[in-house]
Amino acid sequence: MERNLMKGNEALAEAAIRAGCKCFFGYPITPQTEISAYLAKRFKQAGGVFLQAESEIAAINMVLGAASTGVRAMTSSSSPGISLKSEGISYIAGSDLPCVIINVQRGGPGLGGIQPSQADYWQATKALGHGDFHLIVFAPNSVQEMVDTVTKAFDLADEYRMPAMILADGLLGQMMEPVTFPEVTAKEIEKPWAANGHGNKREHNIINSLFLQPDVLEKSVKDRFERYAEIKEKHSDAELYMTEDAEVVVTAYGATARVAKAAVNMAREQGIKAGLIRPITLWPFPVKQINEGAKNAHTIICAEMSMGQMVDDIKLAVNCSKPVEFFGRTGGVIPKPSEILDEIKKYAKGGNQ
Amino acid sequence: MTHDILLAGFGGQGILFAGKILAYSGLMDNKEVSWLPSYGPEMRGGTCNCSVCISDNEVASPLVNEPEILIAMNTPSLEKFVNSVKPGGTIVVDSTMVDATVERTDVNTYYIPATQLATDNDLPGGANIILLGKVFKETGIVSAETFKKAIEKVVPAKKAALAANNLKAVQIGMDYNG
Repeated sequence: MERNLMKGNEALAEAAIRAGCKCFFGYPITPQTEISAYLAKRFKQAGGVFLQAESEIAAINMVLGAASTGVRAMTSSSSPGISLKSEGISYIAGSDLPCVIINVQRGGPGLGGIQPSQADYWQATKALGHGDFHLIVFAPNSVQEMVDTVTKAFDLADEYRMPAMILADGLLGQMMEPVTFPEVTAKEIEKPWAANGHGNKREHNIINSLFLQPDVLEKSVKDRFERYAEIKEKHSDAELYMTEDAEVVVTAYGATARVAKAAVNMAREQGIKAGLIRPITLWPFPVKQINEGAKNAHTIICAEMSMGQMVDDIKLAVNCSKPVEFFGRTGGVIPKPSEILDEIKKYAKGGNQ
Repeated sequence: MTHDILLAGFGGQGILFAGKILAYSGLMDNKEVSWLPSYGPEMRGGTCNCSVCISDNEVASPLVNEPEILIAMNTPSLEKFVNSVKPGGTIVVDSTMVDATVERTDVNTYYIPATQLATDNDLPGGANIILLGKVFKETGIVSAETFKKAIEKVVPAKKAALAANNLKAVQIGMDYNG
């Protein structure tokens, strides 16, 4: 298969077309605007609808509308834009609608900066809007993995009738890497709930997130959490790298995982038993894989481009059975391999101080 | 084996394009490659740089902090990155644009008046590719043949004249002695 160089953002857009996405609604923001630009150019020819909305809020509600009719719909933005979309995302979750949302993160809070960041971890995994709900959150670490994730995100979103997010960052969105587009067989999933034309052959479907009876609302939420339990069981994912004999394990996702892998390789060259656990799904969190990867480690280092938003999840995953230390840069600063190597060395020597 | 390359200069000098050709050259040689631009308000006149990794193995971090090869197309870029180059590494300087010299003795520095050579040879905007030619000659990371394939891949067929200009520019860089 021919390898081509492509920017992460453009590869995400092309992958969405190939995954059978039919509607894209968005609003430009650095560093993800190439997604919109690519689809503006290519989508009509590919049989899709591209629309630049008047705002992020409009865009996410257009996604809600399109998803209601059963077509695959997507939006993308970067951190401040995702905050604007949060109300709509909660409505989409409350209406049991599938869609894909891409967040190419930049530094925050506020307007923040435009350089790469991972400071939206809490937002993506804990509280992207009000109410009891989750999104499936993927954290790819290369342009190729972003491509492969798009199809998976649409498939799982359809299967479980819920929004799925691809949590990227400015580095992954802007970089070019070789990429191939495998033949995609998008899952054909029946959507008998869709509000679309049927020539009066059935009762009309209603898409709604308003339930004024507490017991009815409680049941709708509990039903949703039964689906979440199944997703946790079946779809958590992580990569384990050199963890088998590792005494110090770094946990990192997305772009930071690449920097951490370089640090682990450097540590190994110096005879230090270091390993890497890379969560690929952030929700569901890969609890089993983390315990497997950290089984021989006396220390876990959590490396992020944030102030340590994933640390608590790792502590919970290992039930605080071993220390979880943190190293991070934030505000758009990308950590250097040498900085993570220094952290590994700090804990590798003399065991667990 | 991994080559970490940093290209730096003003926006508009073709830093990102030269990086792209370099990355494509690696691709043509069936290597693993990455290309990472600085992005944001640097366009048109601001400083601009681009990290390129060419490796036999998976590229871990795509951000080049300690380049093995630095191409500097203006004085601020040389000053900013000169001390980050790995000992034993290579620095190629566009001496038309840069009036500073490299004082380090643990790196190989080459000065080539690329912008002047581009003007003299009627190759406007070709300084970036002339510098690449010098890099290829001094480091051997990419062969002339591979570069030609990369150019053909990146420059669309209907703009064949541009491909010819790029090939001419890379040859000027490779032939320059000084």
